[in-house]
Amino acid sequence: MIDFGYTIRKERLIDYDKNDKRVLEHLKAHEPSVLTCIACGSCTATCSAGQFVDFNIRLVQTLLRRGEIEPLKAEMQKCMLCGKCILVCPRGVNMRNMILAIQTATDKLK
Amino acid sequence: MRDPNNLDSSGKTVIIIGGGVAGMTAASRLADLGEQVILIEQEEEIGGHLLNWDRLFPNRRPGYEVLDSLRDALTNSVEIRCSETVSTVIPQSSGFQVILQSEESLFCDALLLATGFDLFDATKKEEYGYGIYENVITSADLEMMFRSGRPITTSRGKVPERVGFVHCVGSRDEKVGNLYCSKVCCVTGVKQAIEIKEQLPQAELFGFYMDLRMYDRHFEEMYYEAQQKWDINFLRGRVSECAENQDQSIVLKIEDTLTSRPLKITVDLLVLLVGFVPKPETLRLASLLEIPVGDDRFLEPLDEHTRFNHTGRPGIFLAGTNKGPLTISNTIADASAAAIQLHHYLQTINETHP
Repeated sequence: MIDFGYTIRKERLIDYDKNDKRVLEHLKAHEPSVLTCIACGSCTATCSAGQFVDFNIRLVQTLLRRGEIEPLKAEMQKCMLCGKCILVCPRGVNMRNMILAIQTATDKLK
Repeated sequence: MRDPNNLDSSGKTVIIIGGGVAGMTAASRLADLGEQVILIEQEEEIGGHLLNWDRLFPNRRPGYEVLDSLRDALTNSVEIRCSETVSTVIPQSSGFQVILQSEESLFCDALLLATGFDLFDATKKEEYGYGIYENVITSADLEMMFRSGRPITTSRGKVPERVGFVHCVGSRDEKVGNLYCSKVCCVTGVKQAIEIKEQLPQAELFGFYMDLRMYDRHFEEMYYEAQQKWDINFLRGRVSECAENQDQSIVLKIEDTLTSRPLKITVDLLVLLVGFVPKPETLRLASLLEIPVGDDRFLEPLDEHTRFNHTGRPGIFLAGTNKGPLTISNTIADASAAAIQLHHYLQTINETHP
């Protein structure tokens, strides 16, 4: 019988126990509207940057909540801060401030 | 059957404002319990929204079957007053004086508000193009198409090859001030998609959703049937905006949240599943009668778990969808409960004032 093992490859895994939640804590204090996201994707569908490059602002919010800081940092530079996402969001999440607050928080971590 | 010599009967008068499903149900139950009922309806005919609905979920039975059964249950002790609205209510030492718009004055021992709901005005979601693009319609418009018996076509008579349903239009959306879920649109969308497939087996059907709330009995099975038997597609993402092509088809922008990529899709017909909103008339009466209104602008009963037909004011009761979105079955149950509690109240005041 083939032994498929029991471990999950580290690069595939979101290690929620070890992930760094400090950026999320910063966001909860400075842009708590991110907590109300229902992952509808309206923001991503309407995103100016997302039409051209691989940028998914809905996913940014999810990565933030999981404490996935490294992939989050890579996304930050893609946003043009146009604010169309804020216009369509059914939950009133202020995504522009979310991006700015994530940048502030990740800069502090350095 | 009703017994005219029913000793339990208080022989009192109840005015029910609203002749839809809740009002009709409560009227017949109260009449069965021996009460005199005056049913006031603002439209020319009783029946409410059910008059405009072709078939009902989950079993796709004709709406008129339920309507006929509610109408047939109304006995002679229910006086029906159509094309009338209440202009004001004046509390008396016992009971209420109700003045109609026709300036006629009526007296009653208790009031039941069964004023119902309005459908969300889809023109408020301008980005979906209702009232701008001719092939964007609402779920209510689609019911009227079904009712007419004419084949389903686009505005210019073409057989649609692809039809989309947008879920949560006017619900769960802070941009229009409605954070609540309207509960029945999910299953309505599934029902209507199946009905289109029945007529047009070649058509491709899409539901654009965030969550599918198949909460009641047989709803989940209906969703299963939509997938298994009718090959209806469900794509998870909220429609962000629509535009019209030169051939009047509609192109949608949406994130396919399950692949995490923006998606473009063209449909020949787009159906907006509009939710419930409170009626301005309900809010006017609530303010007049000092009945509290929630953040969602639906009426607040005395206790949402245990006294859901009572208000803080003795003799004023609530039934149906003026308290929030409900299915027809749930409305009938709620209105029946209201009738029993109202009857009990009338017996109590009988004891106090023999």
